[in-house]
Formats: sequence, C-alpha cells, structure tokens
Amino acid sequence: MAAAVKTTEKAPVAAEAMRRTTYIQAINEALREEMRRDPNVFLLGEDIAHYGGLFRVTRNLLDEFGPKRVIDTPISEQGFVGMALGAAAAGMRPVVELMYMDFTLVTADQIFNQIAKYHYMTGGQIHLPLVIRGQQGGGKRYGAQHSQSVEALYAHFPGIRVVVPATPYDAKGLLKAAIRDDNPVVFLEHKMLYFTSGQAPPPDVDYTLPIGLAQVKRTGQDLTLVTYSYCLHQALEAAEELAERFGIQVEVVDLRTVNPLDTDTIWESVAKTGRLLVVHESYAMCGVGAEIVARAYEEAPHLLRAPARRLGTAPVSIPVSRPLEEEVLPWKRDIMAAVLEMMGVR
Amino acid sequence: MPVSIAPDVLPTEAATKLDVQPLPVEQLKEMYRIMFLIRRVEESLLEAAEAGKIGGAMHTAIGMEANAVGASSALRPEDYVTCTYRGHHHALARGMDPGQAIAEVMGRATGFAKGKGGSMHFVDVAHGLMGANGIVAAQTPHAAGLALAAQLRGEERVAVTFFGDGALFQGVMHEVFNMAALWKLPLIFYMENNRYSEMTPIWRTSSVEDLYLFPRAYGIESMQIDGNDVEVVHTAVTLAAERARAGEGPTFIEALTYRLAGHMAGDLETYRTEEEKERQRQHEPLAVLQAKLLERGALQEELAAIREEVEAQVQEAVAFAEGSPWPDIAQAYTDVFRL
Repeated sequence: MAAAVKTTEKAPVAAEAMRRTTYIQAINEALREEMRRDPNVFLLGEDIAHYGGLFRVTRNLLDEFGPKRVIDTPISEQGFVGMALGAAAAGMRPVVELMYMDFTLVTADQIFNQIAKYHYMTGGQIHLPLVIRGQQGGGKRYGAQHSQSVEALYAHFPGIRVVVPATPYDAKGLLKAAIRDDNPVVFLEHKMLYFTSGQAPPPDVDYTLPIGLAQVKRTGQDLTLVTYSYCLHQALEAAEELAERFGIQVEVVDLRTVNPLDTDTIWESVAKTGRLLVVHESYAMCGVGAEIVARAYEEAPHLLRAPARRLGTAPVSIPVSRPLEEEVLPWKRDIMAAVLEMMGVR
Repeated sequence: MPVSIAPDVLPTEAATKLDVQPLPVEQLKEMYRIMFLIRRVEESLLEAAEAGKIGGAMHTAIGMEANAVGASSALRPEDYVTCTYRGHHHALARGMDPGQAIAEVMGRATGFAKGKGGSMHFVDVAHGLMGANGIVAAQTPHAAGLALAAQLRGEERVAVTFFGDGALFQGVMHEVFNMAALWKLPLIFYMENNRYSEMTPIWRTSSVEDLYLFPRAYGIESMQIDGNDVEVVHTAVTLAAERARAGEGPTFIEALTYRLAGHMAGDLETYRTEEEKERQRQHEPLAVLQAKLLERGALQEELAAIREEVEAQVQEAVAFAEGSPWPDIAQAYTDVFRL
C-alpha cells in the first residue's frame, strides 16, 4: 500500500519543484545558507575546514566563508565546545561539529554542566544560541566507542533541544531552525543516513521546520511504531513487509525531535491503533522508549489495548564484527519480530 | 630562589619585576574603597553563613581583593570576564551592586539571578562578568570563546579569565592554552595562586615549582607578580590587555596571593598553621594599599571616612538582602529555555 504522509507543515515549494538530494548535501546546504544569511554563524570542529569534515559534510564551506568562519580545531573537545559557549554568550551563533557524537562523553562537563544550565543559573541573563551537530549510530563496524547513540543522554538534562532527523528534507529544515533557535540544540545525524537521498526543495529555497513536531511517515490502523533517525527507514521497510506478508498495517511516527517530545502526535496515533512500540538505536534502559512508554501509562493508559513496548540496541557495547553488530542493533528483523509478537502472530 | 607553590613564599617575592608607575592617589583611594567593600561584604556573608542564613558552599576571597580591583581598573567596561566560584570580588570590582550580590547568595528574589545562581554562579552581563563557574577551569574556554567572538567581529575587546592554582591541572586548561596561543586570542589568563587547591597545598599536587612556567610550553608570554599589590596587578593587566588589543595574543599572569579565610565557609583549615597565616597577613592587600596611601600623603582620617562610608553601605546591602522576599515559586520553572 502507498504510505501516506500527514503533512503538518506548509510545503515551501510545489511537489514538482522538489529535487532529489542526499542527507549530507541537505546539511551542507543548510549550513551554507545560514552562513550566508547571518554573519554571526560560524563553524568549529575537527577536520571540518581544509578536509571538509570526516564525512565531507562541511566540504567547500572554507572556500566560500574563509578560515575565520570555518575553523579547524585541535582535538580538544572540551576546549572548543566551551569556546562555543563563550562565543554564543557574546551573541555569535556557533555550530560545532563533534566528529562522532560518542565524543559527547569527552566534553560532557561543557555540555551538561555548562551549556545546558547557563540560561537557568544566570537567571536568564545569558542565552546560548549554539548548535552541536555530528553523526552517531552503528552499522558501519566502527565498534564500541564510535557507534553509540546518545540522544537519551542529551534528553535527560533540561536545557538542550534534541533533534534527530531521518530524511534530507527534515535535516535541512530542522538544522536551519536549530541555527536560528536562541537555545542550545544538539543535532544528531546518523552515519547510515549520510548517503541516503530524498526529495527536498532546491538550494536557496528558504524553509525551516518547527523543532518539536513529530510526523506520521506511514499510516496504518494496527500498531503505532514510534521511531526516528536511521531506525525510521528500518521501520518503514519492516512495515512494508509486515503489510505484504501478514496484512498488518503499522503506523510509523517519526519523532524528528526528542526534546521537546511531541506526545500529542503519538497519542493521536495510539488512539487509533491501541498499540505502541518505540524503536531506537540507543539502549532501551532509561531510554527515549522507556520515557514514551512510561508517559503512555501515565498520561494515556486508556488508549492502550495491549502492553506498550520498546526496542533498543541490546545491552552490550557495540561489536565490530558484521554478524555481531547486526545481531545487537534493533533493525528490521527485530522490529518485525516485536510487531508480530505484539499482534499475537507466531 | 623562591618557588611559587610554597605556602610561605610572600607575594613580594614574585619573580617578575614590572616597571610599576604610581597611580594617582585619588584612584588608589577609590581602589581602597572597593577593596574594603569586597572585604566587608565577604565578612558579612561569612557571618550570615555562620548564622545559618546561607545554604550550600560559599567561597570567599578574603586576602585576594587586589587581584580583582587591580585587574578591573586596567580593563574597559566592555571587556569580558569569567571566573571561578571564588568570584564575589571580581563581580564587585566590575561594579555589581552589593545588595543584589548578597541577596543572590541568600537566595532572594532581588538577587542578580533571582536566587537561582547563588554564590558560585555570579554573573553580571551589564558589567561584562559573563559567569563564575562551579567547575574548576570550566570557565576558561568560555573566556576564550568570548575572545574569539571579539576577534571574529574585529572588536577591541579583551577577555580575562580568572582561575586558581588548582585549575592548572585540569585538562581543559591546556586545551585552551593551546588554542589561545595558536589563534592569538585577545585573552588574559589570570591565575590567583593562593597556594591551596581547595584543602590541599598546591605543592602536594604540582610537578612544577613555579607555576607561571607551564604556559610557556605553549608559547604564551607569562609573568609572576605580586597579586596583593593593586598597582602591580594594574600594571600587569594593562600590559597584557595592550598586547591582546594589539593582536599579539594571550598573556598568562601568575599572581601570588594568599587566601586568609577558609576554602569555604565552615572549612576546618587543618592544613595550615596560624604562624603561616600570620606571616602572610602582614602582606594582605588592604594593609599594603593603606601603607602606600599614607606614604603618599593620604590622611588616616580620609581612609577612616572611606571605611565608615563602606560600612554603612554594606549594612544597608545586608538589610536589603535580608528584607527581600523569596522568589515567586513560578520562578523555579522559568529560564530553562529562552522562549
């Protein structure tokens, strides 16, 4: 069946004016357009200027904006993330790249003790319009310290918005919104998404998407599957196969933002399906799925016809070996198994 | 050769001898007034803490006032400052209202951060104080970022980051040394070496005997000065600020000073002797400045009048703070995000 999309945003251009682009290209364009629009926007990170970023996300930006606005830093994550705080306090809009979002843990003090708290503990005297962006996730055999998903860590602390886009269209619109936001935003890309493509408006069509709005990416009446980032694509594939082989229609809700969490869209879907499954690549323990399932029982228990569930990466460090990594990541096979179990299909 | 990690080395024994031009007596009197104000505000805070009127951890800079006042007088109003949780003196030297300061420490609605920041998180954007920090050395990259912003915008502003001797051994400090030197940031590293890294003498934890030598490995100009002599501090920061504004990059100042009160209110101070404190007290900044003023023709009565005026001001500030309401409960939920 054709996957219908509930569009809550006004499309910036007519469908026929859209063109195909990659996730990387969308992010690169968002950075370029925002840097052209606002001289306060500048980039800091490792290998981002001359090399163009490990994943080439910032390629060619040095040529256009020069070394004052596209800055190669030493490998000093605490130092340059802390500098982004200072620059933002002065009214600049720094966009910091962490080469792997796992390095959040290296600079945790600056992010969670400093950036997240600054507006509050200064009684509102200082606000921090900054973005921390970079890729996370498994699937490329980078192993335990370069494959983690850290959105739940960020969502745990008040004061940081957490964006997890899954498509080029969403990535571009949300990154532009993140850069214009007056608050710290962490923008989590996924290494498996970088070379995926999708429809997006042509360059220089200015559009932003609201941070904090989920979107139904596939409609269905049997079960609500809430997910985001790369898992969205695994979920959509699983949903197609479940429909074909078992006649199960899964409604797939793409969160797009983890904080703020758009529970309205989730409950609206669960009201229809009565079943809730949350799937993400971070661990299930104390994760986003745990949060959503807990809220479902607190705020909307009457909507549930069956126990709500969550699915995350198995509680082990992520291994390098291909079959081992595939085993622990919560992808299509695990998603299908979870849905079938919830639907009582053996 | 004295070494700066020794607790009994006097500030006057600092290695770098600067050409200190005497400041006008009227300016010195104003510095005396602010230093005495800082001293009395902090003593009042300690009394209030003793009386159970202040919760949490509160760290005073009693005996270190010249560092703040000498540095602040060498800066422009638009220059940026970040500092540690021992930061009351920097805020007051920059011009924070003492009533707002005390009210904040007491958690009152009239505090500069509505009672949400407290003693460890002094901030006063109008006076360029961009934040005191509860995490040792965490404020140093913030100053580097403020300096970077000034540099990117082509402004003549400089940033000063104040920190203690203990901060030298945080990794982020060295990350900032490197980037500040690499990019020639208009940044001043000002280390108040009060000889104690919280409750442990710095000689127990430092592999290097003279701390100002550390940043030289990064190519940063550094000096070791008497941090209890307000004229010396003023001269050092003036030189460093001139270098920064001329695009010559960061300067590191190690200021020898001495913390006369405990690390925090309630500190048992089992780690030092009365003799050591007494020896250092002979060189405490208010005494040094008072002697200087009298030598240059100021009258005892003039200084007494300044003290009396400050005394009244502090009493009024304490009364203001104690008479201020608690914050509205709704304030607990504001300022998480800027809306």
